[in-house]
Amino acid sequence: MSHVILKVQGLAATVAGIEILKGIDLTVRSGDVHALMGPNGSGKSTLAKVLAGHPAYTVTRGQALFEGQDLFALQPEERARAGLFLGFQYPVEVPGVTNSTFLRMAYNTMQGARGREELDPLEFDDFVQAKLELLGMDPTLLERSVNDGFSGGEKKRNEVLQLALLEPRLAILDELDSGLDIDALRIVAHGVNRLRGADRAIVLVTHYQRLLNDIVPDYVHVMDDGRIIKTGGKELALELESRGYDWVSEEFRARQAA
Amino acid sequence: MQMEAVSNGALEALLRGDREVPHSRVGWLSELRAQALERANALAVPTTRDEEWRFTDLTPLYKTRLQPVLQPAPAEPSAFEAWFIPEASSRLVFVDGLYSATLSSTMAEDGVIVSSLAAGLTKHGDELRAYVGRLADFRADPFTAVNTAWLRDGALVTVARERAVNRPIHLLFVSASPGAVVNPRVLVSVEAGAQCTVIEDYVSVHAEAGLTNGVTEIAVAAQAHVKHLRLQREPTSAFHIGTCAVHVGRNGRYKGVSVTLGGRISRYNLNVIQAGEGAECEVDGLALISGRQLADTHSFLDHALPHGRSRQTHKCIVGGAAHAVFNGKILVRPGAQLTDAAQQSRNLLLSERAHVDTKPQLEIFADDVKCAHGATVGQLDADQTFYLRSRGLSAAAARNLLTYAFGAEVIERMEVASLAVRLQDVILRATQH
Repeated sequence: MSHVILKVQGLAATVAGIEILKGIDLTVRSGDVHALMGPNGSGKSTLAKVLAGHPAYTVTRGQALFEGQDLFALQPEERARAGLFLGFQYPVEVPGVTNSTFLRMAYNTMQGARGREELDPLEFDDFVQAKLELLGMDPTLLERSVNDGFSGGEKKRNEVLQLALLEPRLAILDELDSGLDIDALRIVAHGVNRLRGADRAIVLVTHYQRLLNDIVPDYVHVMDDGRIIKTGGKELALELESRGYDWVSEEFRARQAA
Repeated sequence: MQMEAVSNGALEALLRGDREVPHSRVGWLSELRAQALERANALAVPTTRDEEWRFTDLTPLYKTRLQPVLQPAPAEPSAFEAWFIPEASSRLVFVDGLYSATLSSTMAEDGVIVSSLAAGLTKHGDELRAYVGRLADFRADPFTAVNTAWLRDGALVTVARERAVNRPIHLLFVSASPGAVVNPRVLVSVEAGAQCTVIEDYVSVHAEAGLTNGVTEIAVAAQAHVKHLRLQREPTSAFHIGTCAVHVGRNGRYKGVSVTLGGRISRYNLNVIQAGEGAECEVDGLALISGRQLADTHSFLDHALPHGRSRQTHKCIVGGAAHAVFNGKILVRPGAQLTDAAQQSRNLLLSERAHVDTKPQLEIFADDVKCAHGATVGQLDADQTFYLRSRGLSAAAARNLLTYAFGAEVIERMEVASLAVRLQDVILRATQH
């Protein structure tokens, strides 16, 4: 039996005083994969960041319930511990922090939040090695600083590695496909697909249909000017691929005018 | 005028307790001390009107009642073990400036002397005459003059030609008596082609005020390599003044890493003279302070002959209402052609009230040289903080991890794993900034 993981209602948000989100309604149930599509600047990435609690954004209206909790009352780390994960479009480089240390701290923090046992560095090493193999990741990336000097593809794999380690209830993956070639995309998509499950949900933010061939969504939403203007099934993504976004916007305007 | 009188009185106070400087059977040493005492009495203690002390107001030091230690406080060996460094081959421990044979442990190696300076002066007085008080000039600096006048004990490390001591030599200076003035002295002489690593380490078993006024002299002969790590982890109530004078010979190499964590007011003067052609130095510093601490580093890299190289990175991490000072002077003397010098001052301010004064001071008198310097002052990166928090790390844990990351470059250059782990622990467990 699926349940509602995330329920967003009438969400508006600003950055530097400019309204980017203008009333978002979105319900995500466990087991579902949603794709959030739309042209550049439509607010897709902003929605992802607002849900994760990025401090640059201010929620001005609306609400979001995450697993029954008021999401916007939680600090970013509390959202993470409650099971929300944001895969960054541009994973942040953190020179001086060893990737393995970072991954272990994040993993143990989450284990602690779930009342499970933490792993010491040696135990964690064994645990993470297995996950690395699944993603075809170079083990030396563990000993380097977090994302520092990583290629675009390595950064994205590192995000999916974190996803695999932290096992969130809801994963919002922002432009997972950017910076990946076809082969890397397959591996990363395979990693994400392994995490699909009845008790967890995924929201993919993407420009392109390409990713959706490998991670097939249950729902496709089109965003424009800070709103979700159309929702459909996976076939909507194919239609967008061949026809572009303009017709959806025109349809929406016609509906508004009527 | 009033100030001057108060200041001179304060310097006397530093000397109060002993009427005469210690007498030595080594004739030249008694003479040296007498000269130093004369200078100590003639020199005024610095005030913020002195250019070299502009940002560092020593008034709290002058107002604190301190006395010399004649008898070290009794201490349990177990109280010291936490500071021992497993990588070290030899360890000399000084309690309130006095050598403790029971806490020390030295490994006999051919051509290598690691001993108390007092013992060394008795045995090797003639050879040491060329170094003691020769590298660290006491004529212009009252603190060096006081240290030299009261030179009683300290550490001696000498390495004979072509010898390499692979494991570090740990010199541990423990303050055990609250309110004490201690004048530790270190002499390191590394002969041609020889190598060693020395760790100079200042700690305390109590949390009270006191004054450590240390002087270190390091002679790096031709082709010799010396690595010198300096840790100051005294309590945040302590006063700490340290001067290190280094002399680097032809193609010699000095690598210094200093880490400052403690001290209410601390000052480190590092003076390196590259006195031979092709001499090289790498100098790194990290000050990590908070609360009401002040940490001042003045370095002076003197390129006296051609083909010298120097690279310097100084980092300050400043929290609370703390104040960091860095003055990095680089002198390229006439004729020191093809000198290659690079200096970086990087500073991280963790709070609104944190303060840093950083000043590069390049004086270049040769025309065919490369000298670069740069300074940055910044705060923790908001995107990095958010990234870590989005993975469940608390705001404090994220801040501490990023703080460590900022200092990690310098900490890793110490190349002593156990120290890196300990420093990482100190930073990651910090609760206050």
